Amino acid sequence: MTALLDIENVFVRYGQVNAVRSLSLHVEPGEIVTVIGANGAGKSTLLNAAMGLLHADGGLRFDGADISSWGIERRVESGLCLVPEKRELFGAMSVADNLILGGFRVEPTERTRILASVYERFPRLAERRKQLAATLSGGERQMLAMGRALMSKPRLLMLDEPSLGLAPRIVADIFDIVRKLREAGVSILLVEQNARAALNVADRAYVMELGEVILSGGAQQLASDPRVAASYLGLH
Amino acid sequence: MDSLIFLFLVQDGATNGAIYALLGLALVLVFAVTRVIFIPQGEFVAYGALTYALLATGRVPGTVWLLPAMGLAAFAIEMIGKGSRMSGREIATDAATHIGLPVVVVGATFALADKSASALTNVLLTLAMIMPLGPYLYRIAFQPVADSTVLTLFTTAIGVHLAMTGLGLAMFGAEGLRAGPLTDARMEIGPLMLTGQNIAVYVATVALIAGLWVFFEKSLYGKALRATAVNRVGARLVGIRTSLSGGLAFGLAAAIGAASGILIVPMTTVYYDSGFIIGLKGFVAAIIGALASYPGTALAALFVGVVEAFASFYASNLKEVIVFMLIVPVLVWRSLGAVHDDEEE
Repeated sequence: MTALLDIENVFVRYGQVNAVRSLSLHVEPGEIVTVIGANGAGKSTLLNAAMGLLHADGGLRFDGADISSWGIERRVESGLCLVPEKRELFGAMSVADNLILGGFRVEPTERTRILASVYERFPRLAERRKQLAATLSGGERQMLAMGRALMSKPRLLMLDEPSLGLAPRIVADIFDIVRKLREAGVSILLVEQNARAALNVADRAYVMELGEVILSGGAQQLASDPRVAASYLGLH
Repeated sequence: MDSLIFLFLVQDGATNGAIYALLGLALVLVFAVTRVIFIPQGEFVAYGALTYALLATGRVPGTVWLLPAMGLAAFAIEMIGKGSRMSGREIATDAATHIGLPVVVVGATFALADKSASALTNVLLTLAMIMPLGPYLYRIAFQPVADSTVLTLFTTAIGVHLAMTGLGLAMFGAEGLRAGPLTDARMEIGPLMLTGQNIAVYVATVALIAGLWVFFEKSLYGKALRATAVNRVGARLVGIRTSLSGGLAFGLAAAIGAASGILIVPMTTVYYDSGFIIGLKGFVAAIIGALASYPGTALAALFVGVVEAFASFYASNLKEVIVFMLIVPVLVWRSLGAVHDDEEE
């Protein structure tokens, strides 16, 4: 079976600085894969490069196709989607318009159908559909960002720090949604500083440090690795 | 002053103000979507006015050749830039919009340009000739520098303004032109006589503003344009091509400019370089509206029109000075109130 996302020996540079160095990573269909690591390890850079927001050198394949020269819109059309750390919502527009625009590259009839299913998944968004996105609470914003991403019919959803700045109860909700999305057939690449929650939900994990993968393996196996425990899970 | 003169001046000001409102809205739209302070907006007014005036006399205007030339240039730039990475279908669409469309418009113009052609035919031909210039212009001049600072974009806009004024001289000559009114209807309201042209200006302005509202609130592409203005990164992430939004905004601006030109050329003689001053007055309105508020800009434009009418009555030598002075108190007030927003990071 070909991997859904296959990143091979990728470099991302900001000027002279190598933010990501010789990085290889793959996501199989139906998997939840997480990338954990400290602030500045290059996790977000990796996702932005996979999405096409940043230029990357190296092998970038999605569902077998070489996507390295594709523009973002073509990547979106083929089923790749990023929920960025800053959410990047359309604050001055309504919740409904944010969602509709999430389906910008989807056929109109299909868009209506997916919109209904997103409202079903996030009843909170349905209640607030006429409200401006900027007036939502942090948790609702994250839901809207994920809902907007789902509108594009993603096959691989890349989530950048979905729990950042959220109350613990809402974080639990968000990870619950991540699990349910996988059941609905969406593969997930999850970048998190909240390593414990991420390893809990993921099948496999990569640990990044200074732009490189230093450890990888099954999520449970990594969670019990003493090096990971010491550096990322904290002491109890 | 007696009340009749007062009413005349208000009416005159409202007519001009309506035009400034259209241009101000176009400026706000272009700036919101692309961050370009669109100095050449006025050139589209002059092009629209002169193209329409020539068509009304049965002649074929020079703009008809500018269209295929710019279409071809835009197509060439697109192909050199990323032709090798485009699919066959994308190349075909590009060729249709950049080469096919101008060919159709050239053909239609030569077939329909005639003294006996109806005003509506001439209006439609003018719009068909001018509106596509907007997206082509964006592709040629602005898209290559789309990610640079507001200052670079502004400098580019000034360059484009100068080039378009020069092209205007080459295409239309130095002589001014004037066209007959769109309609001969007249209407009396009390002591005021409204000409058909006045009414056409009000109706067209209201219709265009309503049309823009529906476009932005209801259509997917209108929403996409707003989204690009609100959050560029977010727009890219949902698959909106920012170059598409830019082209669309420029197309609307060109159409609004051409429509304004068609509306004013029966009321005043338009020269190849008349657009600049007219566009600048729309700009004053847009600045008062902080380059962001559409209703604010429309109201400010009416105010600019009325101030101009009174200024030309009382101090016609200082008319322009007084109108452009309006901007000063607004800027002072804004500079006191505003938190400095350093966009040029």
